[in-house]
This record gives sequence, structure tokens and C-alpha cells, in this order.
Amino acid sequence: MTDIQYLAPTTLDEAIRAYAAADGTGHILAGGTDLLVQTQAGMVQPGLIVDIKNITDVTGIERAADGGFIVGAAVAGAALEKHTDFATAWPGVLEGLNLIGSTQIQGRASLGGNLCNGSPAADSVPALVAAGAILSVQGPDGRREIAVEDVPAGPGKTNLKPGEIAVSFAFPPRTKGASDAYLRMIPRTEMDIAVVGCGVNLTIEGGVCTAARVGLGAVAPTVLLVEKAANALIDSKLDDDAITAAAAACSAACNPIDDKRGTVEYRTRVAGVLLKRVVGIAAERAQA
Amino acid sequence: MSSNDNKWIGESTIRPDGADKVTGRATFAADSTMPGMIWGKVLRSPHAHAVIKSVDTSKAEAFPGVKAVITSSDIVDFPIDTPFPLGIQDMRWMCRNVMARDKVLFHGHPVAAVAAMTEAIAAEACKLIEIDYEVLPHAIEIDDALADDAPILHDWMEFEGKPSNIAGVLEHTKGDVASGFAEADVIIERKFTTRPVHQGYIEPHACLVSVAADNKTTIWSSSQGQFMVRAMTALLTGLSQSDIRAIPAEIGGGFGGKTIVYLEPLATALSKKSGRPVKMAMTREEVMRASGPTSGSKSVVKIGCKKDGTITAAEGTYWLQAGGLPGAPVRGAVGCALAPYDIPNGHTLGYDVVCNRSKVAAYRAPGAPIGSFGVECVLDELAEELGLDPLDLRLKNAAKEGTEAVHGPVYPVMGYVESLESAKAHDHYNAPLGANQGRGVASGFWFNAGGESSAQVNITEDGNVVVTTGHPDIGGSRAGIANICAELLGIDYKRVSVLIGDTATIGFSNLTGGSRVLFASSMVVTESTGKVIRTLCELAAKIWDIDPDAVDWEDGAARPAGANAGQFEPLTLAELAARANETGGPIGAGAQVNTTGAEGGFGTHICDVEVDPELGIARVIRYTVLQDVGRAVHPAYVEGQMQGGAAQAIGWALNEEYLYDKDGKVDNPGFLDYRMPVASDLPMLDTHIIEIPNPKHPQGVRGVGEVPLVPGLSAVRNAVYNAIGVRFNDLPLSPPRILDGLNVPEAAE
Ligand SMILES: Cc1cc2nc3c(=O)[nH]c(=O)nc-3n(C[C@H](O)[C@H](O)[C@H](O)COP(=O)(O)OP(=O)(O)OC[C@H]3O[C@@H](n4cnc5c(N)ncnc54)[C@H](O)[C@@H]3O)c2cc1C
Repeated sequence: MTDIQYLAPTTLDEAIRAYAAADGTGHILAGGTDLLVQTQAGMVQPGLIVDIKNITDVTGIERAADGGFIVGAAVAGAALEKHTDFATAWPGVLEGLNLIGSTQIQGRASLGGNLCNGSPAADSVPALVAAGAILSVQGPDGRREIAVEDVPAGPGKTNLKPGEIAVSFAFPPRTKGASDAYLRMIPRTEMDIAVVGCGVNLTIEGGVCTAARVGLGAVAPTVLLVEKAANALIDSKLDDDAITAAAAACSAACNPIDDKRGTVEYRTRVAGVLLKRVVGIAAERAQA
Repeated sequence: MSSNDNKWIGESTIRPDGADKVTGRATFAADSTMPGMIWGKVLRSPHAHAVIKSVDTSKAEAFPGVKAVITSSDIVDFPIDTPFPLGIQDMRWMCRNVMARDKVLFHGHPVAAVAAMTEAIAAEACKLIEIDYEVLPHAIEIDDALADDAPILHDWMEFEGKPSNIAGVLEHTKGDVASGFAEADVIIERKFTTRPVHQGYIEPHACLVSVAADNKTTIWSSSQGQFMVRAMTALLTGLSQSDIRAIPAEIGGGFGGKTIVYLEPLATALSKKSGRPVKMAMTREEVMRASGPTSGSKSVVKIGCKKDGTITAAEGTYWLQAGGLPGAPVRGAVGCALAPYDIPNGHTLGYDVVCNRSKVAAYRAPGAPIGSFGVECVLDELAEELGLDPLDLRLKNAAKEGTEAVHGPVYPVMGYVESLESAKAHDHYNAPLGANQGRGVASGFWFNAGGESSAQVNITEDGNVVVTTGHPDIGGSRAGIANICAELLGIDYKRVSVLIGDTATIGFSNLTGGSRVLFASSMVVTESTGKVIRTLCELAAKIWDIDPDAVDWEDGAARPAGANAGQFEPLTLAELAARANETGGPIGAGAQVNTTGAEGGFGTHICDVEVDPELGIARVIRYTVLQDVGRAVHPAYVEGQMQGGAAQAIGWALNEEYLYDKDGKVDNPGFLDYRMPVASDLPMLDTHIIEIPNPKHPQGVRGVGEVPLVPGLSAVRNAVYNAIGVRFNDLPLSPPRILDGLNVPEAAE
């Protein structure tokens, strides 16, 4: 029944100061599509809400000096979708983000919110992990960079320190023959939560897979980087044996729970199925 | 009646509620407010099964901002030993459902309620109510409730002389099944289960109640019957019905789930105690935890046939979950299961089983989909065994005019055979299927209902028409009534305004349920309009100074009946209305009838699915609903009913189910994890309307809304079998279940 204080600062410093001063009762608001739902349901009781959407550092999409992209943590799905260069370079990251919710949700939902919400089933995170995206965070002690796969700490938890705000994601520059893809399994066709999600990022040179990263969601307490699956693909021609081995590595990496959204057995099996399908899509894109 | 002569009956006219709904002006239950209004909140049981040893409300009452607290002592008790039926309900169960007495029977069962200045204060005060529970073991599933060592929910309940959770049985018998099975060449017997599913209306239950110092009470609420709200609230609060005015709000879906009260008696008691208008609204979570789904079931179905497909005997035994208090829709299950067929020897038997879940409420053809499911699945298997087309097997045994149903009645003319023949001839049934695709068919029946309806038809001074009926409009009754009234009066349908009266402004009208509303209300509107036309002819006769019998009403005007009647210019409705005062007075008439003649409805569904064999996902890719609707007074609404029923059946078949945790608490109380189909899950659901007019109705109307849910469960299941060769007898056909059934080797292997 306590009142909620709302701030919408225009600079990162102001936001960090207010957030850090709120002593644990502060919550960052990007799109709010998780935070407001959780507040409404009584799962969180914010004393202070810091809306970061007026801060240009977290809402921009830029090109880095090396040719990679810097995407603000609060950029909404609908805005990123309109960025055609990004869409060409990272179709898998985009499809992970764009799968979230509905048209209305897309107007708000962000990569930063999806990651910082800490859900093991967050749809954009496996693709971000596969992409090798690096998160830049800023807090009372300054800036630091963390690989996306190191951000989640468990359901609803992240490794961000008190007072730290996710600022932007850095995506490495794209080489020729590289692309990515994301697929999730849901019982319905939309408005559902991933039972398994799988992101794959590949580079193919002369018919041989020279680089690969695999991210797997909803099969463990955090989204996983599955290096064994990637290793099974690297240096192969993405033949059946390689893909089967990668699928098996995905299934083996699963450490899911039996819950209302899926059984251990089902999730484990589906992880491998999705890997095969996602590799197929990413490879086709890489060679297009 | 010849449909070709109609101008409005059979037209998809613009729905009268459409503009308000698309512009957001429509007033739903939670939209009503009043000066001085306060908020009510329900305190619900945290246990699935427990004895209430004591309730202490003193701290809540002392909490600043709290205006009233109620418990079961504020709700009228209906003693267990005295049955008190009201419609399909019994007030003994209603009084215990709206507020637990002595015992809580499910997680979410109301135990107290608070009214306070704000919702937040009311919620906070609920937490201050101290209840001492003695927690008991619970029984959620049917087998848990039937086990030898099952916790018995009600110590007064006995079955066959022993304490039991079986609240009652119902059976139908025709012929002698034993000798029927002896004559059969092929007999198939299978066991089935279906899960409890929620009606899923988009609008949560809500009401606003104001009780004045002299007990005059006004209730604004969303329900499937304002008269039901009045009666139940009066009984549960001790008010007289004449003191209560129940005003129906625009309703955001009911599907049977709003044929009982949850909040109205509580808000009334709170308003009476506090002297303030009290508003209450459930959250979605409360809807999912505490409002009625339909039963989960288990069943055994056995059917025997001759080699040529003639059914010699059929038998079905059903156990239906009632929730914490008696009242599972056993009648629909045992009555509708075999109803589409001409069966010489039939027996159906159903048990009403209480368990620690929320009390079930009606859901679109209550019980019928459960009864039909096993029967239509076994028929599919029999057809395969006999090498017959599944529609041909049904045609061979189809009930027709004159067939005596296993549940008793002898059918009048009806269109079940036509639905099968249309299905066989339909291009859907003959279209090719691709890899991993399959096709299934199934049929279904629903009783439909007549019952009490009232209407008033008034002519305005400017010559237009206001029709008032007494049923909340859920399926398009206002549009249908406007079409019929305009047709009878021979005027443009836009000149007919159809309103839903409240309990003080229109005569008693029974629930919007049982697919009865257009059937029954068009009978009273037809009678009232007939009286109005007679009055109009009398007025014209007076003006012309001729005998009223020499006046005809045609095309919106009074005309001399023939050359002998005299030469007069026609007098239109507007002209007669303008002269009403000089010729006799206001023009209007009403009718109040307990209608009869609502004959049953039949339909057949064709479903195509595609199964992803690696993920186990079954998607419906094509669907056709074929149904005898009697007369499609407003075809767009009729199609909407057919599609809506099929969509709910598909959800029931594929994904919907309640998940309970080990403490007997619903683990998926929201639309995220209680998976009803979303629009993108379904293809366009095609409809094929068959019109065999009901001979007992002036316009030929039959109930339409419930039949289309009945065949869908088995149509989907039979299609999945056809696609992948696995016969699933347990719903829902969720991806893990399908994948298990396929037993696909793991990717890791
Ligand atoms: C109808 C609906 C459907 C949905 N469907 C999906 C789906 O299909 N897949 C899916 O993955 N999710 C889904 N979601 C969840 C949600 O939309 C996503 O997680 C979304 O990406 C969250 O982004 P946001 O910007 O709205 O986050 P917010 O709600 O603003 O924030 C989420 C959390 O992250 C924190 N946070 C946000 N930004 C930062 C930052 N820059 N620095 C530090 N902390 C931060 C917030 O404090 C909060 O705890 C759905 C939600 C709804 C309501």
C-alpha cells in the first residue's frame, strides 16, 4: 500500500544516482512489460521506479568503429525491427526479440528488459548469447563489460551489482558467410512462454563451418552457452553426423525442471530437435 | 414458412451492440460506479480441504478504512437435509459455494469478505482476518476421490450405504444391452479421460450493489440472467425479491459460467452492513481458482456392431468431477452420449463425484462433450475395424424423425442425416491430405431448452418500435429479435430497437442458457408483435369505420382486406402511431410464456490436423462445422456460434487443462499457462448451415450455440489418429503427450 515514486531522468548519471540511493527498493523501467505485470501481481513492490526511456545512451542504435552494432538496452522490438542493417546482420537476434508478446508488447519490450528480468525462458537471450553480444553496464562504480551469458544468475536473478544499469549491447562486426537464427517451442503459435528456445550463430566459409555459437533457453536455471554443441559444428560441413552430435550435446546440456510448462524428458528431447532446425535456418541464411 | 419471402429473417443485419462495443462505450459490470461507493474483497482459503475451527474478524473490522466484514454467518444457511432446487442449482450448494460454512472445500474457496474505502485497504484487511484451520488431506482427481481410503469431503454424503464422495447417479436404459452385445460381430471397449476446462470468458465476474436503508437494493452485474441474480441474492441474503432490482450489464462472455452468482450476495451483505454501495470484481486469478470450470471425467465406452455396421448395443459409464459441492453435469453426459444414434440396446450411467476443486458451473452443452467423446472415438475405431467410412457408419445408425433415443424422447423432424450427407459431399471431406496430416469426423447432440420468457413490444409516438426482453444478449439475440420483429411488422430492421430489461421493467425470464434465448424470446416477441398488429388493424378499422377483420397488415401498413372492405389508402405504422391518442391510446403489447418445443440439435464436424512428429505439436489446419440450425435468423451470428463452439472444443482437445500442485492449488491460474487457443492457432473455421425448420417454432428456430462444442473433442482426436496412427484416449493432446505416443527416438540417441 506504499506509494510508488516515479522518476524519468534524461541522463545515465542521474538515473544511477537515484537508483543506487533507493537502497534496493528501486526498479529500472524499460518497456515495463515485465515490471508492470509483476507490480500488478504483487510480485514486486517498488518504492521507486526509474524510467530510462528518456536517456539516449539506452535508446539508440549505432555503428561501432569496428563495424559492429551498439544497441541500447531499452530499444523496443518494433524499433529494432525497423533498422534494416541490423535486421540483415542479426536476423536471429531480431526474431528472438520480435517473438516476444504481441504487436502491443513489441512497442515496448526491450533486449535489456528481457535479459535483466532473468527468466531462463527469455526469448532474445539465447540468440544474444549465440551472437556473442557483450553487455555494457554502468553503476556507481563506473562502467564494465560482461558477456551476455554471464549476466543471468538464476531465475529472476542477474549478476548486475546493486545500482548497475544495463546500457547497451555490443555486437561483433559481421563477416561474409555469417548469420544466425532462433526458434522456440511453444504449444500455441504465439502469446506463450518458451518450453525450449535455441539460438545459433554460424560462419560458413567454403562450405565449412568455421565458427559457431549455440545458446539454449528454458532448459536450465539460466540460459546456456552450449560450447560442446558449437564444437561439434565447427570444422564440419554441417553434415548429418555433425548436426546429430550437436543436437546430442544440446540435449545433454539440459538441466531442466519438471514444471507446468514442460517435463524434463520433453524439454531434453526438444532441445536437440530445435538445434537441428535452427542450424538449418542459420546455415541457409549464412550462404544466401 | 417460406424463407424466400423474408426480407430480414436470414439477413446478417448490423448488430445493435456493435458500435458501442468497438468504440468502448459498452458498459460492462466493472464499469458501473456510484457516489460513495466502496470496494469489496474476498478472503479465500489457502487450503484445498480444511475444517474452519474459528474465524476472528476483529482486527480487520478495526482497521482504518474498513466499513464492513462478513463471514458465513451473514449468508443465509440452507440446511443439508432439505433440498432447495433453483433451476439446475440447489441453494444448499450455492450458499456453501459463495461462502464456506464449517469447511473449505477447495483452494480459493471464500471464507470472508471485507468492504473498505479502497481495494488496497480491503485486501490488506483480509490479511488481518484470523482463521484457525484444521487442514485435511485432499482429493483432486477422480481416482483420488473414489479410492477406498479417500478423504471424504462431506460426512453427510453416503453412497450405497457407505461414506462416499459420490453425490449421485443418473442412468438411461433402452432395450437389453447384454443381448445386444451377444448379437454383435465386433465389440470395442475403451477407457477415456477428459480434463476440467474453464469457460474462459474474457470478462471476470464483477458487480456493484447498493442497498438502501429501507432494503431497496440495486444490483448491476454481468450474468446470464438478471432474474437468477435476483432470486439467488434474495435467498442468500434474506431480502425479498421485490426489494431487489437486478440490472444486467453488457456481458463479456459467459458460456454457462455466469448462470450462478459468486459476488452479488457478498456485495449485497457488505452494502447492507456498511450502508454504502459496494463494488466487487474478481481478478483473472480468482476466476481461474474459484469460478466454475466444467468437470473432468473418466469413462468406459463399449459399442457392438454387426459386420455391416449396424449397432446392436452401446454402453457408457461416466464419472464426472463436481468440485467441492455436488452438481456435475451428469445429465448432459449420459443423455447426449448416444443421442445421435438409433440404438436398439443402450445404457448410460453417470456418477457425480465431489473432489477438492472449485465447484463446476455450466459450460456450453454441459456434460455433452464428455459423454460424446468416448462414443465418437469408439465409432471411429469400429469404422476402421469394419472397413467402413466413418461417416457411412454414422449414416447407417443415424437417428431420424421417429427414432426413440436411449435417453427417452422420440425425435421429431430434424437434420442429423443431412449434416452427415453434407459432410460426405463437402469438398473438405474429399480434399487430399499431405504428409503428417490427418482427418477426423465426429457428430454431436444437445438437448436445447425452452422455458420462461417475457417480452414487451411498444410502438413509439413517431412510429418506431422498442422491444424489451428479459435475457442478457450473449449470442446475438438482440439482432435476431430485431430481424424477426421487423419482418413481422414489415418495416426496416433499423426502426426496431431491442433492449434487455432489468428485473423491475420486464417480466420473469429464465437464464440465457441451454441455447434457448432466441428460441424462447422470439416466441414471446412474435406473440407480442401479433397483438400489436391486431391493435394497429383495429385503429385503422376505426379510422375507416370498417370491421377490424376487414383490415390486413402488410408491408408496414394497414390495408383493406379486399375490394369488399372498401377503398382506402393504406395507413402506415407511423401514421397510425401519430393518431394513436385520438383512436384509442398507446400501442404496445407483451407476452409471458413458459415455452416448449425446443427440439434437440445435431451437428457433424470435419477436422484436419498436421502433426509435427518431432515436437508433438498438433495444429488444426482445416475445420468445417456442419449443423442443422432450424432457421438461421441472423446467419453471421449463427456462424459465430458454430465457430466459437468449435474453437473451444479445439482448445479442450489440444491444450487446456488445470495443473495442480501437491498442495491442491491451481498452478496455472491465468491465460499464459492455461492455454486456450489464440487466433493464430486456428485456421478459418468453415461453417455449413443446414436449415430444417423446427416445426414447433413460429420461425423454425432451434438452439444453435451449444451443439458445436460437442463433436469437436473427438473430431480433433480422430484426426490426430488419422495423421500419426496413434489413438489417444486421454485429453488434452498436448505436445508431450503426442510425442510420448509417437515414441520418437531421442535426438541424443
Ligand atoms: C503479453 C506478454 C507477452 C510476453 N511474451 C513474451 C515472450 O514471448 N517471450 C519473452 O521472452 N518474454 C515475453 N514477455 C515478457 C517481456 O515482454 C519481455 O521479457 C521483455 O523483453 C521485457 O522488456 P521490457 O523492456 O518491457 O522490460 P521491463 O519490464 O521494463 O524490465 C524487466 C526487468 O528488467 C529490469 N530492467 C529493465 N531494463 C533494465 C536495464 N537497462 N538495466 C537494469 N535492469 C533493467 C527491470 O527492472 C525489470 O526487473 C511477455 C510479456 C507480456 C506482458
